[in-house]
Amino acid sequence: MNAADLILVAVFAPLVGAFLILVAGDQRANLRDTLMVLASVATFVPVATILPEVSAGGLPRVDVVEVVPGLPIAFEVEPLGMLFALIASFLWIITSFYAIGYMRGHHEGNQTRFFACFAIAISAAIGVAFAANMFTLFFAYEVLTISTYPLVAHHQDSEAQRAGRTYLGILLTTSICLQLVAIIWTWFAAGTLDFTPGGILAGKVTGPELGVLLFLYMYGIGKAALMPIHSWLPAAMVAPTPVSALLHAVAVVKAGVFTVLKVIIYIFGTETLRTTGVSEWLIYVAGFTIVAASCIALTKDNLKARLAYSTVSQLSYIVIGAALATPWAIMGAAMHIAMHAFGKITLFFCAGAIMVATHKTEISQMHGLGRRMPFTMGAFLLGALCVIGIPPFGGFWSKWHLVGGALDAGEMLVVAVLLISTLLNVAYLLPPVLYAFLLPPKPDDHDLEVGHHQHHGEAVALHSYGGEGHGHRDLEKRGGIREAPLFCVVPLCLTALGTIALFFYVEPLFGLLYGIIEAGTVTK
Amino acid sequence: MIAVHLPILQVVLPLIAAPLCVLFRARDLPWAIAAVATWTAFAISGLLLAQVYSVGVISYEIGDWAPPWGIEYRIDALNAFVLLVVSGVSAAVILFGRDSMLAEFGRSREYLFYTAYLLTFCGLLGVTITGDAFNLFVFLEISSLGTYVLIASGNNRRALLASYQYLILGTIGATFIVIGVGFLYAMTGTLNMIDLAGRVQAYGANTTIVVAFTFLVVGASLKLALFPLHLWLPAAYTYAPSMVSAFLAATATKVGLYVLVRFVFTIFGPEFSFVTLSLGLPLAILALVGMFVTSTVAIFQNDVKRMLAFSSVAQIGYMVLGISIHTMLGVAAGLMHLFNHALMKGALFCAVGCIVYRVGSSRLDAFAGAGRRMPWTMAAFCTGGISLIGLPLTAGFVGKWYLVLALIDRGWWPLAVLVVLSSMLAVIYIWRVVEVAYFRDPLPEAGPVEEAPLSLLLPTWALAFANIWFGIETSLNVSGAFAAAESILGGFGS
Repeated sequence: MNAADLILVAVFAPLVGAFLILVAGDQRANLRDTLMVLASVATFVPVATILPEVSAGGLPRVDVVEVVPGLPIAFEVEPLGMLFALIASFLWIITSFYAIGYMRGHHEGNQTRFFACFAIAISAAIGVAFAANMFTLFFAYEVLTISTYPLVAHHQDSEAQRAGRTYLGILLTTSICLQLVAIIWTWFAAGTLDFTPGGILAGKVTGPELGVLLFLYMYGIGKAALMPIHSWLPAAMVAPTPVSALLHAVAVVKAGVFTVLKVIIYIFGTETLRTTGVSEWLIYVAGFTIVAASCIALTKDNLKARLAYSTVSQLSYIVIGAALATPWAIMGAAMHIAMHAFGKITLFFCAGAIMVATHKTEISQMHGLGRRMPFTMGAFLLGALCVIGIPPFGGFWSKWHLVGGALDAGEMLVVAVLLISTLLNVAYLLPPVLYAFLLPPKPDDHDLEVGHHQHHGEAVALHSYGGEGHGHRDLEKRGGIREAPLFCVVPLCLTALGTIALFFYVEPLFGLLYGIIEAGTVTK
Repeated sequence: MIAVHLPILQVVLPLIAAPLCVLFRARDLPWAIAAVATWTAFAISGLLLAQVYSVGVISYEIGDWAPPWGIEYRIDALNAFVLLVVSGVSAAVILFGRDSMLAEFGRSREYLFYTAYLLTFCGLLGVTITGDAFNLFVFLEISSLGTYVLIASGNNRRALLASYQYLILGTIGATFIVIGVGFLYAMTGTLNMIDLAGRVQAYGANTTIVVAFTFLVVGASLKLALFPLHLWLPAAYTYAPSMVSAFLAATATKVGLYVLVRFVFTIFGPEFSFVTLSLGLPLAILALVGMFVTSTVAIFQNDVKRMLAFSSVAQIGYMVLGISIHTMLGVAAGLMHLFNHALMKGALFCAVGCIVYRVGSSRLDAFAGAGRRMPWTMAAFCTGGISLIGLPLTAGFVGKWYLVLALIDRGWWPLAVLVVLSSMLAVIYIWRVVEVAYFRDPLPEAGPVEEAPLSLLLPTWALAFANIWFGIETSLNVSGAFAAAESILGGFGS
């Protein structure tokens, strides 16, 4: 198979998977879940097979169909898209296992619909990654929005429905009212929507109009969650945790910031942005988002909500890197897509594992949990350190490059924002771990009692039995490790180790991304 | 040579078939006659379109009376295109009709229903094909009379009132048209459209001509349900049987739009209509206001058929807006949307018809749980809905894309933004249905419900699939619309 076929396989394998999942249905749950894992592998393998060609500077391309003259649905793999597709498809494999453990352990309903929509969303994410023009990207972007709605509204109660409406409302409104307008404007001004190194707008749109167009794009890409259009992301946390983990820490939100990068590099052109300075406001907005979202995260006691605001903050790292538009900053932004993906998915996996094993959602309830779930809380620590960005974790590299890029551009304010944000990260990500390992369980913590058992079945099958009304000292004595099911624990350990691996084996990633600088796509 | 006589066969076959239904009223025979007549008409319109594309304008003299004395059927790229839309959607809808009508209307006077259907069909085709202004009025009356019967056959008693409302407003519209034609005849002494065009345009802005123009435009606007002359439409679509709603939504208003375009562009000429009388501005304003007002009203409807009816008025706004730009791109975009909207509303009304067939109601509550119990029906509804919203890879996208391009090209870019914004309203009203269908549990009193039978599903899916097909393989709708626009614009505005 040549690269063109591989691209199509990567995009369509999840769709075929979704269809097979629907056919297998709830009655044949084991077959269905096996098919999902196979589909995820069948997506990752072709993506990984294209990698050498792209690393060597190739741009494999395939045109699917031309809708209107000059507007084809086409795919072309360049380094950034390669990176995003690799992460999304690789983490889908891990998330598949995790989701099996979580959905069964948590007794979720409608699992067939859930897994099918999940697969469609992955297909859309790969479509976003490989899109050869803004038109294809927009189409895949909308498919991603719509296919994730059933996942957000999964529980079908009034809270889920309200969250679903917020989710869909913000993402569709911004994409249709702003992004589509920007795309049409671009088409009209430039006569093309192809992603072209150096951009397609130079000399076509000038002066204040360029700033307006940038505004339309940046706020049209609602998935990048710039303030004040970020509220869909915390709302989406009502979804089952695998969705929060893969989609709302990786696929969906990264599709947003990935689109930001693509638009800035291949539509506007970094040179144009730097010489005109129209992206100055974006630096301030993204900087504000970084700090403000971190501050909100500090106030959240619900673990998933805290992680969600952390994601809002971290996404703006990538936007700020794109807005700086210097080679180092772009490198840092692109790498942050990978680093944050591994770090944040680990954190969400842990949050989900805690929910499955103990049904705790609030950080203040998690005192002493480290003794009971050492692997989970250990992984949480690694994930947190990666997001904070210290060595030896992958997150260090992206922050390093971002700070370097900011210094390059002479934006001391950005340097300050990044440093303040790092401190804030420490302040909101480490306490859950510290409480879990260092504090004793609260005396009114009854979750280990007998009654709990009958209620939650095999999810807590590892529980040891204990009498009612014991104080925490007794709990310590009975202690022992009672983790979530293996299907949950193993994936989160893998991604946690991945954050370290990304520090030591970052070379191929550098090599891939230097491609866009060497090719002159991002000029110095 | 039968090929020479295709133009007249297009109209006469349904006309002959209509009384046959009364003669052969045995079980299913009337339906079979109607189906065969519709499909033959579909085939003929396909042949006519191919003929127009290969050899150019077809002129057929009825009874060999040479125009302008005799009646001429004149087929150019515009009406060949509209003929194909009308007969194509009807061909799908008539297949849908058999079981749907049995459930909603019963067997007893079935033959009368199909007679009325064939007369309406014949009238619509006649309006489109004729090259004679008075003949156009006659066919318009035939189709209107048939339509009154079709609407009144709804099993809700309010169908009678809806039909009566349409009767009053439709008659006013037809009267305006005949008055307009009368004035033109008084001025020029001819009724042949091409002949009229030459003489009318020579007169310029003569008072009589302007009055004739006004009567014709208002009359046609009533027929095509341009906001605010749409008041007859919502009730008519809501209380008519499902098959009739699908049929009318996809054909009647489209032919109304054709009449407007024919009068404004061919007879009066774009120069007179848009430069001397600046028709573009009022049309654009009404279209835009209509788009927003009726889309908003659609959001608050609790009956899905009524919701789709208001949506139809909004969508007519897109077509009229395209026409009002009166450039090549604009007119083509308007005509493209005519084609595409016929497909979307056909699919949507048929999907609602499937729900009515199984659940017995088109109220929003009746959709609860349909996503699980009637997955294919709801998938077709979603496909039609997505096309209506205008997402890429559906027919709806292509039309909206060209409309927005035309607006920007004309320099009306704020309107382009408004068109994009108005799509959001479509998202909301379609989404309300989707949410109820997929995320609400069925009403307890609804009882067990299963998927609609294949006889309903296949035509519905044929239309839904067409929405995707013409969103990807756009040669027929896009090039067809451009050819049609070119045939009526000539060199104007380029």
